[in-house]
Amino acid sequence: MSNKILEIKGLKAEVDGKAILKGLDLAVEAGEVHAIMGPNGSGKSTLTHVLAGREGYVVSGGKVLYKGADLLELETEERAREGVFLAFQYPVEIPGVNNVYLLKAALNAQRKHRGEAELDAIEFLSLVRDKMKLMQMDESFLNRAVNEGFSGGEKKRNEILQMSVLQPTLALLDETDSGLDIDALKIVANGINSLRREDRAIVLVTHYQRLLDYIEPDFVHVLSNGRIVKSGDKSLANELEARGYDWLAEEAVSA
Amino acid sequence: MASTQKELQRVVDRKYEHGFVTDIESDTLPPGLDENVIRAISARKDEPEYLLEWRLKAYRHWLTMTEPHWAHSNYPPIDYSAISYFSAPKSPDDAPKSLDEVDPKLLETYEKLGIPLHERARLAGVAVDAVFDSVSVATTFKKKLSEAGVIFCPFSEAARDYPELVQQYLGSVVPYTDNFYAALNSAVFTDGSFVFIPKGTRCPMELSTYFRINAANTGQFERTLIIAEEGSEVSYLEGCTAPMRDENQLHAAVVELVALDNARIKYSTVQNWYPGDAEGRGGIYNFVTKRGDCRGNNSRISWTQVETGSAITWKYPSCILRGDNSVGEFYSVAVTNNLQQADTGTKMIHIGRNTRSTIVSKGISAGRGQNAYRGLVKILPGAEGARNYTQCDSLLMGDACGAHTFPYVEVGNPSAIVEHEATTSRIGEDQLYYCRQRGLSEEDAVNMIVNGFCKDVFKELPMEFAVEAQNLLGVTLEGAVG
Repeated sequence: MSNKILEIKGLKAEVDGKAILKGLDLAVEAGEVHAIMGPNGSGKSTLTHVLAGREGYVVSGGKVLYKGADLLELETEERAREGVFLAFQYPVEIPGVNNVYLLKAALNAQRKHRGEAELDAIEFLSLVRDKMKLMQMDESFLNRAVNEGFSGGEKKRNEILQMSVLQPTLALLDETDSGLDIDALKIVANGINSLRREDRAIVLVTHYQRLLDYIEPDFVHVLSNGRIVKSGDKSLANELEARGYDWLAEEAVSA
Repeated sequence: MASTQKELQRVVDRKYEHGFVTDIESDTLPPGLDENVIRAISARKDEPEYLLEWRLKAYRHWLTMTEPHWAHSNYPPIDYSAISYFSAPKSPDDAPKSLDEVDPKLLETYEKLGIPLHERARLAGVAVDAVFDSVSVATTFKKKLSEAGVIFCPFSEAARDYPELVQQYLGSVVPYTDNFYAALNSAVFTDGSFVFIPKGTRCPMELSTYFRINAANTGQFERTLIIAEEGSEVSYLEGCTAPMRDENQLHAAVVELVALDNARIKYSTVQNWYPGDAEGRGGIYNFVTKRGDCRGNNSRISWTQVETGSAITWKYPSCILRGDNSVGEFYSVAVTNNLQQADTGTKMIHIGRNTRSTIVSKGISAGRGQNAYRGLVKILPGAEGARNYTQCDSLLMGDACGAHTFPYVEVGNPSAIVEHEATTSRIGEDQLYYCRQRGLSEEDAVNMIVNGFCKDVFKELPMEFAVEAQNLLGVTLEGAVG
């Protein structure tokens, strides 16, 4: 019995008729942290949205198994309830909707799906307060509208707070380090590190190596022109930092 | 304690509705309108002579008027001679005997709205006697009101029992000459509520009533008059979240509010008349004149409305800010789905010094719905230091609907400050995706986003109404996205 959380084989996807993913393979096991790096436009964000099930992202080939079952046939919200979480690069603002209200509705939708009792307001609050301490967020966050007027750093912290409450099996983090100053980066990285677990897989999508100074990945993959062109351990990230991405693209073309 | 209060209120609602029924025992009048019809209505309601005279004057004036067509809506011409202006309610013998006999679709909607079981029966028209039997509770309620000196009764009862008050105030805010529908209403109104809060009294409970359209093809002409004497306070709820089905019907109500010195009136409406089917067949024409007169200094009138029903809504609850330092407020959520059309807004007429008004309008358009905000802010030359703040937001769902804003501002005093903010946005695909990625169904996500958009208005609603109103939006917009 393999411990695979995610198995992607020959995945092809297009957006607005344009091919973005062109035969991508990736396997992620429980307990692992994978970093996916690559130049802008290589398809990193597309990969996360295809996995999360965003409308308009059309899969034109290949397959994706999540815990051994076909992920692509599930609706967006079904994937979420099954434990797939995406920390957004640009978390959206929802005016008039309390942050805490969305989070409670999300948690209870997932609990209901698992056949667990929904949490009442008091149980939920005590849970979320614990998690907020970890992310160094103050109480006022709860009653502010979802992401409205949040700074870039606050939005990203809020994403990780949601992750810590929802406890996903597969966490996809899309450029979670972008737009963070060094202090916020440390808080976010601490939060993510505290969420590493034996039964959870984390896929970090990042343009820069910087985040990997704080979160040590088990594997590093380079995505270029819709394919994984190189995989390795953490040292690959350092090499990329030193040499950039161009040499890989050339390598891929000549191969 | 709170639940006892609610129970009380429900019993009184029932009794009150029952009051309509006992007042109207005669058969439906044949369609058509002339002075004889008006005399017949007045006679059947056992009205004093002065009221008949007033109706006749209104009728004669109405004959000289033409139907207004400036609203942003389209509908076939209304044949006023084809409407029956008086009808007896359906006999209890025809009513369903229990919920088992009621359309399951309707019951499903009640379920979604979270309407309590015993109320569902009443709303679905189940013969009510079996539903609830606690006359003593209603008596307690009535006693409490009368101890406070509050009068709350059907309009026709007030016309007989309190002729001085009715003569003094009827038509003093909305004269029968005001507009075409107000004139028609003045001529043929069948009933409504009368509320009088004496000097210095705070009404001991929220007053509410559920209006109903009883028989098919009968125009519904309600007349409501609320008077708050010096230093008094009242909160009045009108309407019902539960949908009520009926064929094309003209509904032309008039509501008049009078607030004397230091008085406060809060008037909340949830309107969910039958909107017609997805192709726009059927549905209520809701042409309403609502106006409040802040007649006294430091008085305050607040309108809060949630308009989700009707095929066509034409409605501008307004405030005349006559007294110095008086305050007018208008909070509105209007939803149009399928082929519904709404042209709604307010008028704030600043006459007194340091008068203030606030307008918050939230329009939601879905399907092929058309939603217009139309508002007038008028500052008269004497309104030194007047202030208005208007916020007018539109939310679009889908690409076949429309949102329109027609703000009129007339400022006659240089010291006035008038602010107008307006936004139009589309319900975001990215917002829906975000919510669904967290595990919410699309329906719940739409509900949450729309309710967030309406928050500033919902918080003005009385508690028990607010929850139902939120559910109502969800039900109204079902299937609007995706």
